[in-house]
Amino acid sequence: MSSSTDWPLWEVFVRSRRGLSHTHAGSLHAPDAEMALRNARDLYTRRSEGVSIWVIPSTAITASSPDEKDSFFEPAGDKPYRHPTFYEIPDGVKHL
Amino acid sequence: MAAVTAHQTTQKTLGTANAAGGAGSTAAAGETDAAAADHLAAFDAAVAADERIEPRDWMPDAYRATLIRQMAQHAHSEIIGMQPEANWITRAPSLRRKAILMAKVQDEAGHGLYLYSAAETLGTSREELLDKLHAGRQRYSSIFNYPTLTWADVGAIGWLVDGAAITNQVPLCRCSYGPYARAMVRICKEESFHQRQGYELLLALSRGTEAQHAMAQDAVNRWWWPSLMMFGPPDDASSHSEQSMAWKIKRHSNDELRRRFVDICVPQAEALGLELPDPDIRWNEELGGHDFGAIDWSEFQEVLKGNGPCNEQRITQRRRAHEEGAWVRDAAAAYAAKHAPAQTSPRTPASASASAPTSASAQHVEETA
Ligand SMILES: [Fe+2]
Ligand SMILES: [Fe+2]
Repeated sequence: MSSSTDWPLWEVFVRSRRGLSHTHAGSLHAPDAEMALRNARDLYTRRSEGVSIWVIPSTAITASSPDEKDSFFEPAGDKPYRHPTFYEIPDGVKHL
Repeated sequence: MAAVTAHQTTQKTLGTANAAGGAGSTAAAGETDAAAADHLAAFDAAVAADERIEPRDWMPDAYRATLIRQMAQHAHSEIIGMQPEANWITRAPSLRRKAILMAKVQDEAGHGLYLYSAAETLGTSREELLDKLHAGRQRYSSIFNYPTLTWADVGAIGWLVDGAAITNQVPLCRCSYGPYARAMVRICKEESFHQRQGYELLLALSRGTEAQHAMAQDAVNRWWWPSLMMFGPPDDASSHSEQSMAWKIKRHSNDELRRRFVDICVPQAEALGLELPDPDIRWNEELGGHDFGAIDWSEFQEVLKGNGPCNEQRITQRRRAHEEGAWVRDAAAAYAAKHAPAQTSPRTPASASASAPTSASAQHVEETA
């Protein structure tokens, strides 16, 4: 790789505080994982926005396609009985 | 910036540009007119319903091109904008002011990077964007072609230039393109410190010695009109506005935002004890806003053409920084290549990627964790 080629792209995930999941913060270019972590710290946690960072090569991510979003997520569409609000419970019954 | 969504398994080998263009490219080759019409209808419906367009959604080519142009110009402005203020870092009057100014300039670098990443989700590359900036084929905001002559200019830039930028950028947080909108949310949060530090700096000078007060007034005199020009040409002369409004990239017209900015600044100038260099500013009861004097658009056009006081200096400095950094980029790349096998997987243990993000989750997470 020479200077005329971009460094690989990395996706950055930041845990804002203990007890919460890592959340996608954005992306950046870096030559390797080590530098990606350092760049992520400087770019996405300048104001103590995180206590932990993951960096993942963008090419390692497999994504579902927006074109198939209807058919792909369709199995959940006709199953309202998976929600508690589907069930009718007489008034006055508590803790249910 | 969900650049992540620019990649998918089937197109992984194609690289960002092609993958991001993937959705659009399905419109090529064998696709029927009906399918193309379906895509456009889905896009129009999403925009009409105030939903966000995400990187791999189908979008009209002109929408993509407009966004790339605007986001590139925006990103370039952030990094070129580091120069006029960085001039004063070594000459800041106190350690406190120096630390603040360094943090501010570093933020601007960050803003540039958020925006370059967001632009890359549209299928362009960092390298291409920087090349176009260096070749003068993409613009940056004209405001950064003015010099910072005194320390008070640092204050005037924070108050007026960052202030105008905020007025422009707050509506962009609701821009129809998701990655751009998310970048703007993050940027706007950070801009507020920029404006306040500038205002505080000017206030200190304004309340200081007679000479300090005069220096503050002089800086405001020089930065006021160029700041008003930051909102772009008047509505009747603005070529891109109408289509951008229809696409909900833009939410308010140039003149509307400019008036809003003047209304905000008038009382702020009063509290500073400084005057805005426009004898025609007065309250208009009927409009519920301020009238103000005519802007010298010939000056704007001249600076745009490259004839501003610092155009040459800014772009020369940018090219030089890029060239002088080449060996660092090469060295880091060579080091990475040498240690490549160890770097194909994330540093964190496997459990980290157990819930590997699909585009669905990536598209729904917010910028600000
Ligand atoms: Fe900025
Ligand atoms: Fe700023």
